[in-house]
Amino acid sequence: MIERMTETTLPASLAEIRDEFLELPEPERLQLLLEFSNELPAVPARYEGHQELFEQVLECQSPVFIAIEVDDDRVAMFATAPREAPTTRGFASILVQGLSGLTVDEALAVPDDYPDSIGLRRAVSPLRLSGMTGMLARAKRQIRAKRHSS
Amino acid sequence: MTVEFDTSSPKFAEYAEPGRLVTGEWLEARLGQPGLVVVESDEDVLLYETGHIPGAVKVDWHTELNDPVVRDYVDGKGFADLLSSKGISRDDTVVIYGDKNNWWAAYALWVFSLFGHEDVRLLDGGRDKWIAEGRPITTEPTVRERTKYPVVERDDSVLRAYKDDVLAHLGNPLIDVRSPEEYNGSRTSAPAYPEEGALRAGHIPTAKSVPWARAVAEDGGFKPRAELDAIYREEAGLSDGDPIIAYCRIGERSSHTWFVLKHLLGFENVRNYDGSWTEWGSAVRVPIVTGDAPGEVPGRS
Repeated sequence: MIERMTETTLPASLAEIRDEFLELPEPERLQLLLEFSNELPAVPARYEGHQELFEQVLECQSPVFIAIEVDDDRVAMFATAPREAPTTRGFASILVQGLSGLTVDEALAVPDDYPDSIGLRRAVSPLRLSGMTGMLARAKRQIRAKRHSS
Repeated sequence: MTVEFDTSSPKFAEYAEPGRLVTGEWLEARLGQPGLVVVESDEDVLLYETGHIPGAVKVDWHTELNDPVVRDYVDGKGFADLLSSKGISRDDTVVIYGDKNNWWAAYALWVFSLFGHEDVRLLDGGRDKWIAEGRPITTEPTVRERTKYPVVERDDSVLRAYKDDVLAHLGNPLIDVRSPEEYNGSRTSAPAYPEEGALRAGHIPTAKSVPWARAVAEDGGFKPRAELDAIYREEAGLSDGDPIIAYCRIGERSSHTWFVLKHLLGFENVRNYDGSWTEWGSAVRVPIVTGDAPGEVPGRS
């Protein structure tokens, strides 16, 4: 099963999210993505009005912005995306929930193809899913950059 | 069982086919009427789930109107299965609306038209205008009884252009509806969109640049007839009787322009080149022009 190929390096947080999706029949996976979308946490107050602290995920069709903090080897991810772009918000929410709290090494070990493993290719379409792949790549790049400056 | 046209709008009355559009007021008054099915079609696959017009069904372009393997639309059986599952009958009046100024709604309307579904209309201004007007939205799932939509083979010969059709068409009017940056070759996809799917940038020789959004008024609906005539006839030089092909990156924005040219301005022979730039910009040895000028028809050997 292709979907299980990456088992060995996947942190528990992201493995749980993946399993939650895969346990559902395909049509219901969209509802779960919508729940994630609704759960996207607000960014901390220190980010308000500081658009320059965010990086835009150009791979997404909607304006989504992410920010990464590395503090004492722990990753924190924040994201903003408009309510009118629930799919993109859902992708951001999965990564925010899945990456935040990991160590730098754990986060960098997340397979780049994680978005392809959560059973959304047919329900969402590969083209849309590529936005999440771009978001993960940008998050990991920021983590790499910030590990050395923290 | 076709539903009467919306004759309430003086703006619509000026268009070549006034019946192709409905206002929010007209639609709200007819929700639930037999013979009328409201369809939402969005760029975002989850937007419908966050709230939709009461009774509306969702039709998704990526996952439902496209063939999952070949780069093509579903076939006659696929379309019949899809519409049956949505509870749509062949003689129903279908009103489509969506996000992004009805891009995907216009795309869906065009695909419905390839299958010859006769009465298919757009909600002027789409989803955003409906919400801005304070009209009802619900997350209540829509349940419609399954229908038996007939298997009708798709007819690509009238409304759809393939790459070879475009090559043969060179010298006749082409409308490039992408952003100026995509047209002149500085980008392969719209600003703020991912660079995807094309190896070269620029435009098809002789194509006039008329970005799709020029057809949109401030309220998100279509501009009045006179303003559209000024843009497409006077400025872009289109004349009655011209065979016209519109294209963009994957065919969705050009469906919007196709709708304007075909149904609002009444040009009879308008095709949408859905392969658009993702095909042309990657095809071997097709002519491409960069820069802001349309360029010349290349000599044929």
